[in-house]
Amino acid sequence: MSQSSSLWSDAIRRLFKNKAAVAGAIVLVVLIVLAAFAPWIAPYPYAYQNLDLGASPPSSAHLLGTDVLGRDLLSRILYGARISLLVGFIATTVALLIGVSWGIIAGYAGGKVDSVMMRIVDILYGLPFIIFIILLMVIFGRNLWLLFLAIGAVEWLTMARIVRAQVLSLKNQEFVLAAQAMGVSNFAMFRRHLLPNILGPVAVYATLTIPQVMLLESFLSFLGLGIQPPMSSWGTLIKDGVESMEEYSWLLIYPGLTFTITLFALNFFGDGLRDALDPKTSE
Amino acid sequence: MRYSFLFIILLLIGCSSGTTPVDDAVKAKILHYGNGTEPQGLDPHIVTGVPEHHLLLALCEGLTSSNPRGGESLPGSAASWDISDDGKVYTFYLQENGKWSNGDEVTAEDYVWSWQRILTPSLGSQYPDMLYYVQNAEEFHNGTIDDFSNVGVKALDSKTLEVTLKEPTPFFLGLLSHYSTWPVHKPTVLKHGTIDDRNGQWTRPGNFVCNGPFNLKTWELNKKIVVDKNPLYWDADIVELNEIHFYPISNEMTEERMFRAGQLHVTSTFPSNKCEPNIQEINPNIKIHPYMGTYFYRFNTANEALDDVRVRKALAYSIDRQKIVESVTRCGQIPAYSFTPPGSNGFYPDTKIPYDVDLARNLLKEAGYDSGEEFPVLEILFNTSEGHRKVALAIQQMWQQNLGINVELVNQDWKVYLSREMIGDFQVSRAGWIGDYEDPNTFLDTMRPNRGNNKTRWDNYEFDGLLAKANATLDQEERYEILMEAERLLIDEMPIAPIYTYVRVYQLHEDVKGWYPNILSHHHPKYIRIERD
Amino acid sequence: MLGIFLRRILLAIPVLIAVASITFFLVRLAPGGPFDADKAVSEQVLKNLNEAYNLNAPLSEQYFDYMTGILVGDFGPSFRFPGRSVTELIMTGLPVTFELAIYSMLIALFIGILSGVTAALKRNTFLDYIPMSIAMIGICVPTFLLGPLLVLIFGINLELLPVSGWGQLPGDKILPSLTLGFAYAAYIARLSRGGMLEILNQDFIRTARAKGLSEKMVVIKHAMQGGLIPVVSFLGPAVAGLLAGSFVVETIFQIPGLGRFYVEAAFNRDYTMILGTTIFFSFMIVFFNLLSDIVALWLNPRSRDT
Repeated sequence: MSQSSSLWSDAIRRLFKNKAAVAGAIVLVVLIVLAAFAPWIAPYPYAYQNLDLGASPPSSAHLLGTDVLGRDLLSRILYGARISLLVGFIATTVALLIGVSWGIIAGYAGGKVDSVMMRIVDILYGLPFIIFIILLMVIFGRNLWLLFLAIGAVEWLTMARIVRAQVLSLKNQEFVLAAQAMGVSNFAMFRRHLLPNILGPVAVYATLTIPQVMLLESFLSFLGLGIQPPMSSWGTLIKDGVESMEEYSWLLIYPGLTFTITLFALNFFGDGLRDALDPKTSE
Repeated sequence: MRYSFLFIILLLIGCSSGTTPVDDAVKAKILHYGNGTEPQGLDPHIVTGVPEHHLLLALCEGLTSSNPRGGESLPGSAASWDISDDGKVYTFYLQENGKWSNGDEVTAEDYVWSWQRILTPSLGSQYPDMLYYVQNAEEFHNGTIDDFSNVGVKALDSKTLEVTLKEPTPFFLGLLSHYSTWPVHKPTVLKHGTIDDRNGQWTRPGNFVCNGPFNLKTWELNKKIVVDKNPLYWDADIVELNEIHFYPISNEMTEERMFRAGQLHVTSTFPSNKCEPNIQEINPNIKIHPYMGTYFYRFNTANEALDDVRVRKALAYSIDRQKIVESVTRCGQIPAYSFTPPGSNGFYPDTKIPYDVDLARNLLKEAGYDSGEEFPVLEILFNTSEGHRKVALAIQQMWQQNLGINVELVNQDWKVYLSREMIGDFQVSRAGWIGDYEDPNTFLDTMRPNRGNNKTRWDNYEFDGLLAKANATLDQEERYEILMEAERLLIDEMPIAPIYTYVRVYQLHEDVKGWYPNILSHHHPKYIRIERD
Repeated sequence: MLGIFLRRILLAIPVLIAVASITFFLVRLAPGGPFDADKAVSEQVLKNLNEAYNLNAPLSEQYFDYMTGILVGDFGPSFRFPGRSVTELIMTGLPVTFELAIYSMLIALFIGILSGVTAALKRNTFLDYIPMSIAMIGICVPTFLLGPLLVLIFGINLELLPVSGWGQLPGDKILPSLTLGFAYAAYIARLSRGGMLEILNQDFIRTARAKGLSEKMVVIKHAMQGGLIPVVSFLGPAVAGLLAGSFVVETIFQIPGLGRFYVEAAFNRDYTMILGTTIFFSFMIVFFNLLSDIVALWLNPRSRDT
């Protein structure tokens, strides 16, 4: 037990030394708070149109300007944050749940079970998933839950591979063999010994998957396959912005900036986590 | 290492020449045409879209030719015609020197065979109904009769074609300007396939033969289609262009940039985001013309709430059309108060649709809904498109604010939207209709009972009777009176709520002459010239 | 080693069959068929069309016909473009997409390796953060945002480069390749940084340094060979990903490539085209994965895939 806790405190110390990762974490926390409280903070309802006003640059009434239908951009960005972050977290959770369970079972069971399970992963890895997602969205319509499922289904494979690799390397370590000799049940094995050690790479990969997912969702929105109007994610906002970027540049700049900063934060934090947890790369 | 990279980039950019394709075209007489999506093909009996039409206008020709300034049809491959007193028999005298691009004479037999082709069921043409007005044509197409010689089209001699119609069809001549009635070259088609082979190779460059002012030169898929002047065309003397380059550019913003960069003479559209009220003063290249099309919302009358005409009227009266064209579509669209666009061959409907919120609310109350909350949630179905989305959002807001009802938007991709409309799985759906020929019948006919394009389940036999009567009326004024009655009936029953009349918005370079705006937006390349002042 | 690869190749066959079959049935489940059009198609005409394309036959028969067709390389006629076969359409789009992918990959490698190696050498200093941030632009700025921005700056404001097309005007291949290249530069930067960090900590590097070799020699001659192995392994999936993901770029820049064909086919329910491109992409992915694994193994026979 003491081995794990000193591992964690080492990791945390290293993480704090990484300025970029810390900055990223702060940005993320701020963002999540803003998104959570959006209905209370946002100055206007996200669907409220002001057709007489039309698109207008930032002003005192509308801090970030309005779009072609007169909707307040700041409010839409705040609400968009909820959608984009929600998609990011939920889809990643889906990927996590599937991937981690798959990886643990395959790695721990070993032998034939492992072989079959990883062959399946190999097969799925060979599929052009973007293509299937598009096909699925086109066929089954723009259902939010389908979106989560589809995106999550794409990302779990690498998670499974990573987890399995971790489990394999842990399986042969002494403390596991010792525990087995002592007759510890499989379930307890998972919980007490394997899980804490897997947590590290999983956390890293999850943090790095979220921006991938958000990119994928915004890409689908760009193709017209994402969120239904009048709700919009950052992806839809960016798409709208691209269309009018020469006349109403604020429509592109502010959502684009927000999206980019969030992704940067997530990536820096994830990279920092990985550096912190990976003793091989320490000085 | 960094500097070498920069150097490579500069090298790749190269020394760009100072002239643009549009500059070079003045001498070379080449028209650079932005044509929207990649054409499906060039077989006039198979294709269905507007980009294909632009190509076919250059490559082929029908009996009549639509008038570039609008109105009555002009001679095409038929130099003149006689119409019998009862209006049912047309005799066409083909151009004496009408030739196919390979030198063969254009004969009446060519037309007979071509019409047989499009009416052959196994070809799977999607526009055979253009010819259904011809005696026994429909029966041949659906297999009731087998022998084409019973169909009302005959070659009296090699340059005389006789067509017998079921009824006097006053708009028949205009109809013939639609490409589905145009001829194809029999030996060429049969050399590369059978009469009903959809995948025949006769339309490839090198094989393609047709009777229009231009020839197919090259076709690079998704890059460019080039046609060059056909010296054997009967009217070749007036054709001034040497070549036309058609570019398939489906992204309107890319097309706009290409125009600005001098790569195109004419675009297929203009991004609505760049439209402003006085855009034409700011940018003299922008052209905005009324187009024979109506943007409207369909009501599914099979739906309980929408079955009540008062409800439909309430919905139609609470749409602020003026605001939509000013603030949402913004490119000079015209609010529509009728289904048939005004000005269709001289037809000006006198119907009115007021923007009257109080009246609308009263109508809703009369229909039994004391407040908006009592009214069931209404769904607007539309296909994925920025334009449709914005209009739907605006109308959703208007209905919610003005009537207090709850409206949801359902956005589906194109095919799903079509299939849902077809099977009636919708409440309100967005729709558009473009006229096939210049006559009000092309609009009103679609709302008759049992018409595939009706989709509203509104089956009104009084309306049907009026249109049948109109089709049998030879006198234009009388006919228009009857059609006016039909239009009034339609607006009074409101199975559809017209929203705005389309306009064609596009950019046209000032070097292009001989380009006349008309309501069908048919721009015959044979009249176009490139001249720099 | 040969055994592993033979097994992988054999494995690829059921993968492709599975892909083809899943897609075949998936597409037909979709509401809306290839012939639905704005102008309603009468039942008679629809029947004729379905006849012409054998869509009235029982599904199992269609499936069998299609699969046997593929075995001889016949992917059928396109539904949307009468007269053109799917094979022909793919062959038109493939060279374009491939060229785009190659150029983008070169740019990605250049930016990525440069950034990653520099970052690894100057870890946790500004020379670590800055190159990595630049490389990260690719992950954090979506291609459909980066592309138009580059167009706005270089194509319209500065008027240096063409805004669209591929091979029609000099220099029109630069912006699309840059846009797509940035997307992958980040991954390569990460991988090379990680790989370099690992190698740099190993004993033989310390030995080389102790021997008095210049830092440059150490890096280039000794470290990079091993440190860049992860990059090589990534190349396979990267090229495959580029092929599939290029169509945003192809749409923005009006490039007549395979990715754009695919999206349009999906929207138009062009069954045969969808199937053809899907199978083709799968094949490419499998092929490139295999290729990069072979190269990785050749570079470092000690590593085995997990």
